[in-house]
Amino acid sequence: MTPLQIIFILVAAMTLGAGLMVVTARNLVHSALWLILALFGVAIVYVLLQAGFLAVVQVVIYIGAIAILMIFAIMLTRNIATESGPRFSENWSWALVIALVLFGTLAWMLSGWEGIAAQAPAISPRFDTVRELGLALVSPDGFVLAFEVASVLLLAALIGALVIAWDRR
Amino acid sequence: MIPLSWLLFFAAALFCIGLYGVLARKNAIAILMGIELMLNAVNVNLVAFWRYRTPEIMAGQVFAVIVFAVAAAEVAVGLALFISVYRRRKTIAADEIDMMKW
Amino acid sequence: MFDPINAIAQWLAKLLAGWGLSSGLVNLILTLLGVVVVASFVLIVDIFLVWVERKVVARFQDRLGPNRLGPFGLIQPLADIIKLLIKEDITPVGADKVVYNLAPILALATVLMLWAVIPFAPTMLGADLNVGVLYIVAVGAVGTLGIIMAGWASNNKYALLGAMRTVALTIAYEVPMVISLLVPVILARSMSIHQIVNMQTIWYIVAAPLAAAIFLISAIAELGRAPFDLAEAESEIVAGFHIEYTGMKFGLFYAGELLHALTMGALFASLFMGGWRGPFVEQAPILGVLYLFLKAMFIYWVIMWVKYSLPRVRIDHMLNFNWKFLTPLALAVVMLTALADKALVEFGVSAGSLSYSLSMLAVNLLIGWITLSLLRSYARIERRRVAAPRPAASPEYSGVAKS
Repeated sequence: MTPLQIIFILVAAMTLGAGLMVVTARNLVHSALWLILALFGVAIVYVLLQAGFLAVVQVVIYIGAIAILMIFAIMLTRNIATESGPRFSENWSWALVIALVLFGTLAWMLSGWEGIAAQAPAISPRFDTVRELGLALVSPDGFVLAFEVASVLLLAALIGALVIAWDRR
Repeated sequence: MIPLSWLLFFAAALFCIGLYGVLARKNAIAILMGIELMLNAVNVNLVAFWRYRTPEIMAGQVFAVIVFAVAAAEVAVGLALFISVYRRRKTIAADEIDMMKW
Repeated sequence: MFDPINAIAQWLAKLLAGWGLSSGLVNLILTLLGVVVVASFVLIVDIFLVWVERKVVARFQDRLGPNRLGPFGLIQPLADIIKLLIKEDITPVGADKVVYNLAPILALATVLMLWAVIPFAPTMLGADLNVGVLYIVAVGAVGTLGIIMAGWASNNKYALLGAMRTVALTIAYEVPMVISLLVPVILARSMSIHQIVNMQTIWYIVAAPLAAAIFLISAIAELGRAPFDLAEAESEIVAGFHIEYTGMKFGLFYAGELLHALTMGALFASLFMGGWRGPFVEQAPILGVLYLFLKAMFIYWVIMWVKYSLPRVRIDHMLNFNWKFLTPLALAVVMLTALADKALVEFGVSAGSLSYSLSMLAVNLLIGWITLSLLRSYARIERRRVAAPRPAASPEYSGVAKS
């Protein structure tokens, strides 16, 4: 085993463990903190995949904005943060069965796929992935339409959030 | 080098954990957290396929960036909805929000 | 070329390789050593920042400051540390223990992580990330997390209020900060801080004074220093997020705050004031460290100057200032900078030349002038509105009886 593989196993175990704690923790703020650890683990996986830009953006957006907003919302809806009632709905056993069956199916399908043993082609050091990503996002023969649609979506979400949270008296 | 299969199994496991959270939790914010885990699992898949199949075409990373934008939008609107619901009903347990209009 | 640090590193590498270690292991050991050296150097500087801060605030307030222990009171910070260490270490009964103890560590660690991407000298830099500028923003976001964890885990309403204010503040001020950071990125055509410093034959504060000002203001807001110290406003919420912390745990927050200010100074120096650049730095790269710290200390002094001169801003004013003034201004600056850069390159003016910098300065002055005239007309309207005669108490004006 190479050092890279050992790092991956450790990070994956940390991420999955944190993910399990997210869905099972009783205290919602603890859930959110475990979520941050899981998201951080995913960022490290991006680094291992040589997608450094995505790793940093993951930390900025997911940890810096999304997770912190969630903690903020948990604090605003305060008396549920330490609720004493059941944290799972009554059909949690069905949820467990569905999740396990889905994982089994996915694992079975993946192991039957011939592309699973693919080797990663080397990226030449002169190929600047950040530069290429930027060009792909804005060049007309790249993904400029998707980029624009995403920005319109963000604008719509901004206005929508304002309208919904507006306290009309 | 990490085998592709490890990454795919990791992503599948993360996705299923998120799915369990979405289906089983009562609290709406906890459900949103489960959705975030699922989106992350999808992103790991996208980036892994980018790295192992077509590293010279940036499509995988572009998709991941778009998923980031969608996740941010979803959280902004979702949390605004929950806060609005909490103001009127004093609860955000998903199974107690059962009226179409109040 | 006099470069002792790299000479020591090479000597160590040869020595370790001579012991029969593999090259990967040697690199790992050297990297770890580098991390330890940088972190301890920065933390030792941090100890003396306490002295600097107290001396400077004393001068601003027409006092002498610490002057009893050692020459000029230089031993005073060590006495402070001993005091903090022997204080009783209290964890509140209702506190969330793990989160409570993790928060101060996170607050200081994130500040130390920022030093990883700051180039100390042409040949001395921790990590040359090709996304260095974004890394700064990411680490800053994690630093906010430490404050929220402290506020929530203390199980104290004042601490929670401080944490909530911090969230509103940092999430808001992150927006103009990221946008203003884009301006040096446009000028240098790279997100790596090493590359940005390399490109600054003429300091970017000449070509982008407005971006520099926006970055400085939002950096002060992210630091949570006066006039933006609402997270620990002592007259409103006692001590804010660190109200329950005692002894060295409080010390970590305090050290983190001071070091964060110096780190922001070093970042400002690297992004806008040429970083390690200065006379004779090509011959003796070790001088770059001195220049960088001189510039960082200057910005640190400016931050202190602002802190001890301005009163605290009210929270709604602060958010209005961000969303209605800083963010639109930052957007205008980054768009016009990009346009001007495109036009200048089109006309054959190479980026980084003197005429390029001066044209950029002209563009910035134009934006500044337009902003000031807009502000003046707004202030005139506002003054008229405030000066207009109105009854002292009336349901119409109170806003309560509207519905």
